[in-house]
Amino acid sequence: MDKTMDKNTIIEGLKEIAKPYIQDQEAFDNLTEDTNFVDDLKINSANLVDIILDVEDKFDIVIEDKEMEDMMTVRSTIAIINKKLDNK
Amino acid sequence: MNRRVVVTGLGVVAPNGVGLQKFEASIKAGTSGIRYFKQLEEMNFSCCIGGIPDVSEELKLKYLTPLQLRNFTSSGILYACMAGIDAWHDAGFSYAEDEAHWDSGCIFGTGISGVEKMREATYKLDSGKVKRLGSNSVAQTMSSGVSAYLGGIIGLGNQVTTNSSACATGTEAILLAYDRVISGKAEKMIAGSSSEHGPFIWGGFDAMKVMTYKHNKSPTKGSRPMSASASGFVPGSGSGALVLESLDSAMTRNAPIYAEILGGAVNSGGQRNGGTMTAANNVAVQRCIKDAMENADILADEIDLINGHLTATIKDPTEIQNWVTALGREGKNFPYIHSLKSMIGHCLSASGAIESLAAVLGLKNDFIFPNINCENLHPDISALIDERKIPRTVIYSKDIDIVAKASFGFGDVNACVIFKKYNNG
Repeated sequence: MDKTMDKNTIIEGLKEIAKPYIQDQEAFDNLTEDTNFVDDLKINSANLVDIILDVEDKFDIVIEDKEMEDMMTVRSTIAIINKKLDNK
Repeated sequence: MNRRVVVTGLGVVAPNGVGLQKFEASIKAGTSGIRYFKQLEEMNFSCCIGGIPDVSEELKLKYLTPLQLRNFTSSGILYACMAGIDAWHDAGFSYAEDEAHWDSGCIFGTGISGVEKMREATYKLDSGKVKRLGSNSVAQTMSSGVSAYLGGIIGLGNQVTTNSSACATGTEAILLAYDRVISGKAEKMIAGSSSEHGPFIWGGFDAMKVMTYKHNKSPTKGSRPMSASASGFVPGSGSGALVLESLDSAMTRNAPIYAEILGGAVNSGGQRNGGTMTAANNVAVQRCIKDAMENADILADEIDLINGHLTATIKDPTEIQNWVTALGREGKNFPYIHSLKSMIGHCLSASGAIESLAAVLGLKNDFIFPNINCENLHPDISALIDERKIPRTVIYSKDIDIVAKASFGFGDVNACVIFKKYNNG
């Protein structure tokens, strides 16, 4: 059975998680799959670990260190979340 | 011309008043901030009363951003930010824009930061979940969290650090900041200290049986410095902050001045001659007071008022004896003396700063706050000094010119600072 989630549903979830940390409202309002958390949303890189924790809680998955390093854009994050969901 | 140092800003978060106006009204009226806490009783504390400042969630947002407040449990850092920011604004300053305030710093002390956070982290670590600590565990538990948060919010560019000397911390912070300004290394320094609240801070003192267990049903009567019926201290929490500024800088910008700092001294008894981890070497206490007078270039007879350490333990008469010996004054010739702890309890690492702030407020606004809960003065104290030297109700007087404030802490450490009314010259 396909356990992956619809892309837009994940994006909405990610936006909710990222909202408290963002420092560029315009980039946030115009968020796309290409949006980079640090470069575009100007999130303090120290807060990325908090975002990962929130993603783990929200999607009930566990993210490894190696995967964390790849989760810099919305697109790569969606891919990792769906890979994790699919392997559950 | 020699540099002089004045106080140009104040900020306070105390159990009997958050903000300068409420605090001043409370200490004039003799209003206690001590309450009973069910949580302490449920955790089997002997002393179930304490002092916690009344801070709403809404008020927190005036000082910290929603992001800063996310997973934020360090009450000591919160109090430090509130007091420090208030003091900075009270002095007429604003946050730095792009460039840091290079001539301004802070020395903001604490005993420990983020005990609640540490507790959360311990549970996570013990269950193998180190990753779950997230990004803010370090900032909230490092000792210098208080100065780091405050310095970052205001944009301080001079020295930003935290001192720690137990219950002498706040008074020591003022003297360290004074040194920084008088030496010309900074023009303005925020000096202060902070203490968290709650069972994980207070428990160790409860275990030592140095807190009173006799007033769980009469909390506002619990803190009884100098009283014959004093039965141990009442724990408090909060923060006080003073902006210290060179007189030149204050005059250049026509800033209102609260008081002048003439100098002071810090020392240690080395845990010798009766001094221990928890008890003071009396010779060291007397030396500290004498050294403070010498550093401030005043004579003992010039001191009008003593803002004592006076915690409401069995050591109060010993402290009075030390003052009598150090000043060479007794009976009717002794200065006025009082303890703010009668109203707010012993705010531990915050005590020196909150109490110094009260001293400065009194100098500025011509009042001596009352020492409440001392209807029956301890006989060993009345044998040394005239009973009328302890104000039980507020005294309004323009004749108080010089106040000595001392604090003594675990580790046998002492600090004494000398404040003077500023008379435009």
